[in-house]
Amino acid sequence: MSNAPQTVLRLAGITKRFGPLVANDAITLELAAGEVLALLGENGAGKSTLMSILFGHYVADEGAIEVFGRPLSPGDPRAALAAGIGMVHQHFTLADNLSVLDNVLLGTEPFWRPSSRRSAARTRLLEVSQRFGLPVMPDAAVGSLSVGERQRVEILKALYRGARILILDEPTAVLTPQESEALFATLGQMVAQGLSIIFISHKLPEVLRVSQRVAVLRGGKLVAQAATIGTTQAQLAQWMVGHAVEGTVRRPATRVGDAVCVLERVSTEGGGHDRLRDVSLRLRAGEITAIAGVSGNGQVALAELLCGTRRATGGTVELMGRPLPPQPARLVARGVARIPEDRHAVGVVGDLPVWENAVSERLRGPAFSRPLLFGILPGLRWVRQRAARRHAQRIEKAYDVRGGGLDAPARSLSGGNMQKLILGRALMAPDTEARAPRLIVAHQPTWGLDIGAVAYVQQQLVAARDAGAAVLVVSDDLDEVLALGDRVAVMHGGQLTEPRAAQAWTRESIGLAMAGTHPAGAGSA
Amino acid sequence: MRLERRPRTSRAALAVAPVGAVLFTMAVSALLVLWAGAPVGRTYALLLSGGFGSVFAWSETLTRAIPLILTGLSATVAFKARLFNIGAEGQLYAGALAAIAVGGMHGGTGFEWPVWLLFPLMMLAAALAGALLLLGPALMKNKLGVDEVVTTLLFNFIVLLGVGALLDGAMKDPTAMGWPQSVALQSELELSKLIPQTRVHTGLLWAVSLAVIVWAVFRHTVLGFDIRALGANPRAAAFAGVPVTRTVVLTALLSGALAGLAGAIEVAGRTSYVTLDMSPGYGYSGIVIAMLAGLHPLGVLAAAIFVAGVLVGADTMSRAVGVPTYIADVIVATSLIAVLVATLLTQYRVRWK
Repeated sequence: MSNAPQTVLRLAGITKRFGPLVANDAITLELAAGEVLALLGENGAGKSTLMSILFGHYVADEGAIEVFGRPLSPGDPRAALAAGIGMVHQHFTLADNLSVLDNVLLGTEPFWRPSSRRSAARTRLLEVSQRFGLPVMPDAAVGSLSVGERQRVEILKALYRGARILILDEPTAVLTPQESEALFATLGQMVAQGLSIIFISHKLPEVLRVSQRVAVLRGGKLVAQAATIGTTQAQLAQWMVGHAVEGTVRRPATRVGDAVCVLERVSTEGGGHDRLRDVSLRLRAGEITAIAGVSGNGQVALAELLCGTRRATGGTVELMGRPLPPQPARLVARGVARIPEDRHAVGVVGDLPVWENAVSERLRGPAFSRPLLFGILPGLRWVRQRAARRHAQRIEKAYDVRGGGLDAPARSLSGGNMQKLILGRALMAPDTEARAPRLIVAHQPTWGLDIGAVAYVQQQLVAARDAGAAVLVVSDDLDEVLALGDRVAVMHGGQLTEPRAAQAWTRESIGLAMAGTHPAGAGSA
Repeated sequence: MRLERRPRTSRAALAVAPVGAVLFTMAVSALLVLWAGAPVGRTYALLLSGGFGSVFAWSETLTRAIPLILTGLSATVAFKARLFNIGAEGQLYAGALAAIAVGGMHGGTGFEWPVWLLFPLMMLAAALAGALLLLGPALMKNKLGVDEVVTTLLFNFIVLLGVGALLDGAMKDPTAMGWPQSVALQSELELSKLIPQTRVHTGLLWAVSLAVIVWAVFRHTVLGFDIRALGANPRAAAFAGVPVTRTVVLTALLSGALAGLAGAIEVAGRTSYVTLDMSPGYGYSGIVIAMLAGLHPLGVLAAAIFVAGVLVGADTMSRAVGVPTYIADVIVATSLIAVLVATLLTQYRVRWK
């Protein structure tokens, strides 16, 4: 690291308002050369807005940005790139069907140049890759690379374009623990060469591990800045949330009952790589089974299968001794509670009001509709609006869904409140069928939620388990898997390891299983 | 320039938007009137009085509005489910032809059944003809991912050519002195006049009742929820248990049936036989009306009467001041664009950099 750290980036008094909402409130922040600055904050704290302003996607209402001592012209994405700022998004922006080299070159060459200077570019790419310890094969198709390798390409893309300041948005969200370690080593190498890094994350342990300095945003304001040495996880969490936080306390399952749902050598089709191959699994009452794995290894297929939106092509799935019905409405009627991965795109119909979303799963049942014209036309049922709204109100109250009320479009709810609505819809049966769910399928139940909502959702799942439900948690977040799972299994390439007690796994052994290498002596459970 | 989503849409903005859209439309059209060398004030006054200024004007406007309400409802139902049915024109002709096939005189060889049996059969045949015409494109979209805009649009030409062939062949009226027109409907099957000595017929009651029924289905039934959810977010709808294929099929049948009924009601209420110019693009105007109405079934009533009034008023105005009747098409088209932009602006604000 350089001895006289020079300021490479200066944000001065950045304010951005959206109507009455102040997304960024006079934020002043500096980044020194050769420094890793961790930017912490819950969803909605203003991290993305700040980065969007830096990148010229938004124009700040007030304030100025200086890069290497020169003012950055606002609202111009090219200016940020030209000034040497590179960003690696959480969701990669790569073309799968092109080679690594093509992806790196994409957009860097003038449109009208008759021939691209590929050999010079290749030399330069290899040079950059060697300098920063990021080995790649320039001619490999990006589609054939692993997630960790793709991230490497993204970073190289930024470096190739001359980035001196690199912004990494939740870079470890898609990596195995081992891949994360490799990334941290790379970051160290980049910083040693004088690059500066802004590391956006909400995983506190890794923030403490990789950064030199932390800046915490809350409610649009910069609430704390500190050297990483000397802070603790508890301190950081308190800054993020505004009050002391209690983690979800692990309570082991007490009364494990019979198998509620049994998968026997199940295979599925479709969804590219994401499918099941010969998966067997027993989900038992009063127990949380958690599935870990790098995303894209069949988790979506497993969750969709048990949610009734994907069919099995081989094997059998039984729910309480009978075949699992493939229609969502019948699944719900049989006592399956479902929490989908993507609450915006799948969980709710954003344009429809909260109350309709609150009853959408059970609208076809007698609780909320009755047949019209003697049921001559399927679906021609009169909605019992009063009963439906009453039930929606009960959910709103019991699960503390805050927003614009029953008639507001579901889209207007914050992520946490939307998840509470989905949770309430899944877990709370209407008066007429007072029955707790038998099986709960929760796919990434806390993804993108703030700490308070995460704890709430996890507590609800544990409570449902204690009430006797079989719970399946599928999550890319290893911390969540280890915090919730009574038993843990790992998915890789559409196959599932034998589930083992959570204590029988170590982070290392899970990491190996996630990468497809079964831990030696797997029989230790 | 960029668009930023407003945190919430105010009620005031929702009220002002249509008014602003109408004023904008009037202003743009005024330029064309000036270009045509006519006095703007007088032209608009004539247009307005020609469409809405007297009992006769109203009767003509309402007569014109009947098929427009039905095709507007057809587009509303389909568009609500994101099934972009551009084929209402063809479905209307198919319905008209089916009505004649069941209820036509056919030179004395037509069905000689009592009216109480034949009339419902005629309407049913028309609805079925329109419905089946849309079923194919809807299933192709659902199962094979074929773009329904293309298929439904192309079906219009197929149907019109087919109608042309039938009017010169199997269904040709031998007494029409060579004109390509179909045999006439049995006169007992014709709809009675709503107001004596005008052309307004009881088809208006059909259209209004159907608008109310469609509204009730949307608002109060599970099928209505299915259609709205499917249109807003198909993946979330499927997750929540909406039977996707069934809903697509029912939507297509409903939308096509409404367009088919538009054809039958035109034949039974106004023309009493099918010609190739019986619809001056009612099917396409239905799309405009549905959008003007913001896909609200009751709004379709108002939008259809507005469009019909402009079309009827333009005839009167054109005779008096010599501005071509095409100004009506300009007004309708401009108002559509203006309403769409105004709706957008209630949800987004424009920021100039």
